[in-house]
Formats: sequence, structure tokens, C-alpha cells
Amino acid sequence: MVIKDITAADVSGDYETREITFHDGSTRTVLVVDEEVPYPDGRLIVSVTDLEGRITECNKSFVDMSAYSREELIGAQQCILRHPDIPSEIYADLWSTIKAGNKWQGYIKNLRKDGRYYWVLATIIPTVRDGEIVGYASVRRKPSRKKIEEFVAQHLSA
Amino acid sequence: MTLINTVSPDFPPTHIAGWFIFNTWLQNTLNERVRLELHDSFSQQQDAIQSDGVDMIYANPADAALLVREKGFVGVARPANHADEAVIVVADSSPVQAVEDLSPEVRIALTAQPDVNTMGMIMLEPADVTPSTATKLERDTYVLVAKALMDGDADVGFFLKDAYENLSSIVRSKLRVLVTSDIQVVRHGLMLGPRMQQHRQVLLDALLNMNSTENGKEILSNLGFDAWEEFRSEDVEFMIDLMETLTT
Ligand SMILES: Cc1cc2nc3c(=O)[nH]c(=O)nc-3n(C[C@H](O)[C@H](O)[C@H](O)COP(=O)(O)O)c2cc1C
Repeated sequence: MVIKDITAADVSGDYETREITFHDGSTRTVLVVDEEVPYPDGRLIVSVTDLEGRITECNKSFVDMSAYSREELIGAQQCILRHPDIPSEIYADLWSTIKAGNKWQGYIKNLRKDGRYYWVLATIIPTVRDGEIVGYASVRRKPSRKKIEEFVAQHLSA
Repeated sequence: MTLINTVSPDFPPTHIAGWFIFNTWLQNTLNERVRLELHDSFSQQQDAIQSDGVDMIYANPADAALLVREKGFVGVARPANHADEAVIVVADSSPVQAVEDLSPEVRIALTAQPDVNTMGMIMLEPADVTPSTATKLERDTYVLVAKALMDGDADVGFFLKDAYENLSSIVRSKLRVLVTSDIQVVRHGLMLGPRMQQHRQVLLDALLNMNSTENGKEILSNLGFDAWEEFRSEDVEFMIDLMETLTT
């Protein structure tokens, strides 16, 4: 899959250049800024994808927090938000869970177009219509700080 | 055969007459006998649904899964531009300035309105509040939730945003909003059970036209709505999916 790189024009401030390798072996160069954008109170970030994880619908909170435009997001792979700090195993677990028809819940650090990041508690479910999985839906909410710290200690402290 | 219509018990008490007027309109529109049966509580209403004693319901989104998946209901219409949003409120004198200031052992005053309580609990998660750490004080009305805050019996209260805004200004002056949801997609809707579905199209057309006649506008205003829009099967399914992601 091809996802546009993040370029210097997209970010401001100090950044680090990183390369992400996706599950299919394709790569993306991203610029990472070490600054968290706080999750807005009272909001849910919602998106719906097709069976391959391409975004078919998303709400305004999704657009706002990603720093992309709606046009850039619709039709893009959901991994446009992948942050290089999160290990691939987390996503592999996510996909095997939802493909089996189950609900997955976990903490995700997402990368914005401007290189900054935001943490979410994501719940992803298969959307079943007439007995068949036709796609997936994800609803993210504001996570507990303590839970994020535990997650970081467990998975990101390499 | 008499069909049974009911309304989610969380409707504002000021709209009770509105629902009886709506029911009369419904009988004339469908040329069927329809009785409006109101339940005092969500649990009573659940019992009625379980025993197939409901043919039409203005449903809370939290009940949509049961209605559709187990009882064969379909959506027909829902109020246009009318979402349920929740507010978390503290006493004005409370030292708490943000959700994160709360302890996991928070005391929550709330009503039995399920979608509001689901949204409220989600907004408390950043403070590590879970159903097992919190103490829930259930009250019959939102006025009593406000009283529990003013009396210091609870640390926070969950309100339907509209209900909070309808409290008197004297009461509101003793309270403070900590956080307001902006979720936009949790919505009540009219749903039809198997005995009523033959009327779906006629009813939908009549509901969509309601705001184009003087009489219809009057009925709508007594219910607190401006207009109806179609509640499509995909809208219902999406709502069920959404509630599913929020209840764990
Ligand atoms: C409905 C849905 C929502 C997703 N949301 C995110 C997300 O917010 N952030 C993210 O990095 N990956 C998300 N993913 C996972 C991505 O599809 C992808 O697996 C991940 O970004 C890692 O890329 P990779 O699997 O190609 O290695 C989501 C997947 C689905 C099906």
C-alpha cells in the first residue's frame, strides 16, 4: 500500500525522521514531533472502514484530531495514523481479533499529519450486516493517564 | 386488535400530554386502535418488551439492540437534529475543576436513563473511575440528582443535557458543569414491532409531512421536536454498533 510521506512542510518545531514498515512490507517515511495533543473532553472519535481497513466514514472529531483534511482521510488506509512507537504485534492482535468476529479494545498512540501525537482508548468491532462482516467500526475515547503510563511501561520501553 | 405504543420513560414530564396527542394522531393516521401505555421505569418497560407487549416505541438508543436483534423491531423515524448528550455536573462549591481531579471512588448521582449513564461513565474514565470503583446513587428525577449534589450526598451528577438546561436558574446557580459530551450520534427513535410493520411506509410518509401542516407542527411542538427524519435500517444498525463499543 502507498501512503504519502509526511514532509517538512507539514510539521513545525523539532522533528525526528522515522520509517514505518507496514504488515505488507511497504514503508512510509514520517516526521515525528515529541509533543502530545490532549484528547478533547466529551468527544468520541469515530471511523468506519471496509474489510481492508480503508476509511469509508469518519466524524468531525476524527478529522480535527488527525490534522488531515476529510478528503485526505476518506479512502485512505486506517494506518495513515500509525505511530512508529507502537509495535506491530499490537496491530496484528487487533486484526486477528476483529477478523474472527470479536471486539478489540486497547490503547493506541496515533500520529497526526503535523508529526504530533495523541493517545486514545480504541474499541473496534466488526460491522455485521445480514450475518456477514462487511467492515469495521472504531470508537475512540479519552484514556486514563495511569493506563497510558502502564501501557508505555509494558510495550514501549525498549 | 389493539396495538400498544409506548415511550422511553426518560421523556420530559412536560411532554406527557404531547405523547397522548401524538397517539390520537397515530390512530387517525393508521386507522387502527392504538393504546399508549407509559411505564414508570426502564425495568418495567423491559418486561413489557420481553413479553411482546409493545408494538411501537419511542426508544432509548440503549434498548435498540434488544428491540432489533431479539424482538424484530425496525426503525421508522427519529427527531431531526436531536441528539442525546450528557453533562457531568458538580456542586458550584466543589473543589473539583476537571474530571481528572476526581478519585476513582467517586459518588455519582444519576437517574435510570441508560444512554446518559453510559456516556457519563465514559467521560469519567480519564479519572480511572469504573463501575466497580464508583458508588451510584440512583434518583427518580433529575431534580433529585441536583439535590443530591447540593446536599453533598454525591460528588458528581449525570444529566441529560436538555434536562440540565431545563432546571431552574436558581438550582443551576448552585451547580457547575464539569464536562459536556459532544457525541452527536446517540439518538432516540421511533421503532415498530412485527405487528405494526405493515404500516411503516404510511406512517413514515405521514411523519415526514408532519411539519408541513399547522396541526402537525402543534403536535411536534408538544413533543419538543421540529421535524421527523427517516430512521433507516443502517442508522439503527450503526447505533447498535456504537452503543456496543461504549458499553465495555
Ligand atoms: C476500524 C479500524 C480502526 C483502526 N484505527 C486505527 C488507529 O486509530 N490507529 C492506528 O494506528 N491503526 C488503526 N487501525 C489499524 C490499522 O488498520 C493498521 O493495522 C495499523 O495502523 C498498522 O498498520 P499495519 O497493520 O499495516 O502494520 C484500525 C483498524 C481498523 C479496522
